[in-house]
Formats: sequence, structure tokens, C-alpha cells
Amino acid sequence: MGEELKLFRTWSSRYALRVVHALKIKDLEYETIFEDIKNKSTSLLEYNPIHKKVPVLVHNGKPICESLVILEYIDEIWKQSPLLPQDPYEKAMARFWAKFGDDKVMPSIWSVFISQRKDQEEAIAQAAGNLKFLEEQLTGKKFFGGETIGYLDIAFGWVANLISILEEIADLKLVDAEIFPLLSAWMNNFSDHPVINECWPPRDKMVEKFKAMREPYVEKVA
Amino acid sequence: MLDEVILLDAYFSMFGMRVRIALAEKGVEYEYREQNLLNKGQYLLEMNPIHKKIPVLIHNGKPICESLIIVEYIDEVWKNNPLLPSDPYQRAQARFWADFIDKKVNDAGKRIWYMKGEQQQAAKEEFIEALQLLETELGDKPYFGGDKFGFVDLALIPFYCWFHAYETFGNFSTEEHCPKLIEWAERCEKIESVSKSLACPIKVYEFVLILKKKYGVK
Repeated sequence: MGEELKLFRTWSSRYALRVVHALKIKDLEYETIFEDIKNKSTSLLEYNPIHKKVPVLVHNGKPICESLVILEYIDEIWKQSPLLPQDPYEKAMARFWAKFGDDKVMPSIWSVFISQRKDQEEAIAQAAGNLKFLEEQLTGKKFFGGETIGYLDIAFGWVANLISILEEIADLKLVDAEIFPLLSAWMNNFSDHPVINECWPPRDKMVEKFKAMREPYVEKVA
Repeated sequence: MLDEVILLDAYFSMFGMRVRIALAEKGVEYEYREQNLLNKGQYLLEMNPIHKKIPVLIHNGKPICESLIIVEYIDEVWKNNPLLPSDPYQRAQARFWADFIDKKVNDAGKRIWYMKGEQQQAAKEEFIEALQLLETELGDKPYFGGDKFGFVDLALIPFYCWFHAYETFGNFSTEEHCPKLIEWAERCEKIESVSKSLACPIKVYEFVLILKKKYGVK
């Protein structure tokens, strides 16, 4: 049966990248529609009238929005290479940590990126505390999903991709391999995985984009 | 083997109410432990070291945190009377709207009693807009779940007992803006699991008065 799959994304959205990774792991064919955030297409606005954001997955004409909701949908429809654990408790844990990543870790990393001096020192301490929880979750595991990449690895994909870019721009080290050996190893294992590797957005474009985003927050040094 | 189910919760918490409703819908016997959020107990801090918040469901010694995650867990472990739809697309829609409620209703609602002036006005507008979007989503259905009370209904209904507080502090009427949603809420209140899980709106209002004093909000 012909399945029609479309993904509305931008070239850099870390949320859309989750869906890209999931579709790749499941080995699914789909059409990509790249959106310009400053000039959103009519289709996007029709498919996601509430949030008007990417990603949106459209399956046989029906839209699904919110990246983590999309991941669960993909996992329920296509049973090969399961993303979420089967056990209800393990599933709850995966969902919990993914939410923690979005609600706490990401904003704390962003705070480090846009703050300076004393504010930045405090932000770094906060971010490090959050990253420590992630480090602990990797005890005895290669990936958050265990032996293979799963839902939580994909949810944390931005950690593997974006943090080093922010570190380069802000000229600091957040995920030090000595302090976070497991997380550092995970970042390499995840990034180097063939399924993930092919999908990264171009690094130089990312550096340029995030440098521009940081501009308004950085005091000019005379 | 008998299941041991403990719920760490606080009477006024909408998030705790979600879990109470879910457990009641499933007919699960559990031990309810009211927590003092101003003086958090050691057990709560052990069971939720990350957020130190309620609700926490502890099932045979294993803690699950975050209300919607707990409700999905309950739905997966106790298979009677399903809360989420069985169709994956409908499930995705249910999850989407529950997430919307968390992002839009909760935050705006809090700012209504916490803020003043322009910020409060903005919060009121956002709150009403969110409810109107939900009302549109409900349409002519008796419940968000269709004919039966379900996941989205459960996610939203606890906020209903906070409406009186929001309306009083914000000086507006939800019924004026979303009459169909109020009808839906009154319909839900007739369900036993809901009526026994929701806090009394007057008590909620009095609780918010205490909170306002504590945070120095006039």
C-alpha cells in the first residue's frame, strides 16, 4: 500500500531533526518540505494552525504536530526498530527524561549561551547540575536506549549536535570529557552512528546562525 | 501479588487531580499521602529528586513523576476502561491537546493571579484564547474523547476548580467567553471519579489568597 509521508521542517530545527532521525531509523521514505520561518507556507499554517511551527508530519493527509508526539506516533504505526521500550515503567522513564531535556536542560544550556560574567557562572552551575542527571542515566549503557539508539537518544539529539556549536561560539566547555565521560562518549557514539551522521545540518551554517542569535545578548567589548 | 500503589499529592494541585481521576477511573486501590509543599518530606525528595514536586506515583516501590506521564503509565498497566484512544492518530491528537493544556492553560492561569496590570491583562487574554481553542476542538462532542470521558478531558478538568479563583482575581467570566466549555465541565463533574477528585473551588480561592500573601502579590 502506498503510504504518503511528508515532513515539514526547517534546515536547522532540532525538533524537526528528531523526526528526521526517527524516520531514518525506521527506514521510511518521505517527502521533505523545507519551511522559511519568516515566510511560512499556507500548507504549514493549515496543518499546524495552533502553534504554526515545524515539525509537522503528514501521514496520508493527516497532520501530527509536536516532535515527541510525532515520535510516539511513528513508533506505534511502524513496528520495526522500536524506539520506545516495551515495559511501561521503562517507557515512563524515557518520557520523563525527554521532558526533562526540553523543560530544564535546554533552557539552562541556552542561559549559559546568552549570559555573561556572573550570570553566566551561575548558569553554568545550573546547566552542569542538569547534565549530571543525564550522565547518571548513561551508567552501564552505550545509548540511553541501551545497546541501540532509541526514543531518548533521539530526544537528546540536540545535545550531541548543538552543544559543541554553542561551546565554540561562546568559547567555553560545558561537556568536559573528564567531568562527563559517559555523556561525552554518548555524544560521539550518537553523532558517528551512520543513521544520525548523514542527517546533521551543515555545521558552518549552524555556527553562523547561532552566532547571529547570540549577538543581541553580548555586550560589545570596546 | 498485590500491587502497592502510593500517591504523593497535594489537595489543590490540578496535576495531582489528574492522577486521582485516572486511578479512580481504573478502580485502582491506593494510599493517598498529602504532602506539605512548604516543608517537603524526605520521602518525596527521595522519590522525585529531580523536580521535588508532586504528584509522584509509586508503584511497587518504583516512582513515576509528571502527571501526564503518570496517567499514560496507569493507562498502560491497568488495561480496563482505557483513557487514551486505541487508534494511533487519535492518540497523537490526544497527546497534542494535553500538551497544549500544559503549555497554554496552566501558565496563563497562574499569571492571572500572580501578576497585575498589563501582565495580568495579557495573561487573561491568553487564557481565554486557549480555552476558546479547546472549545473549538471539543465541537459538538460530549467529551474531548468523543462519547466517553478520556485523556484530554482528564488533563483539562482539574483546572475547572481553579476557574473561580482565576475569575475572581482576574475579574472576568469564563462562561461568558466559553459557554460550551463550561457545559462540558459541568458534564464532567457528574462523573464520580471527577467529582471526588476535584478540590472545592472556594477552598482553592482561599488557598490562592494564602499563596498571594506568601509571594507578596497584592
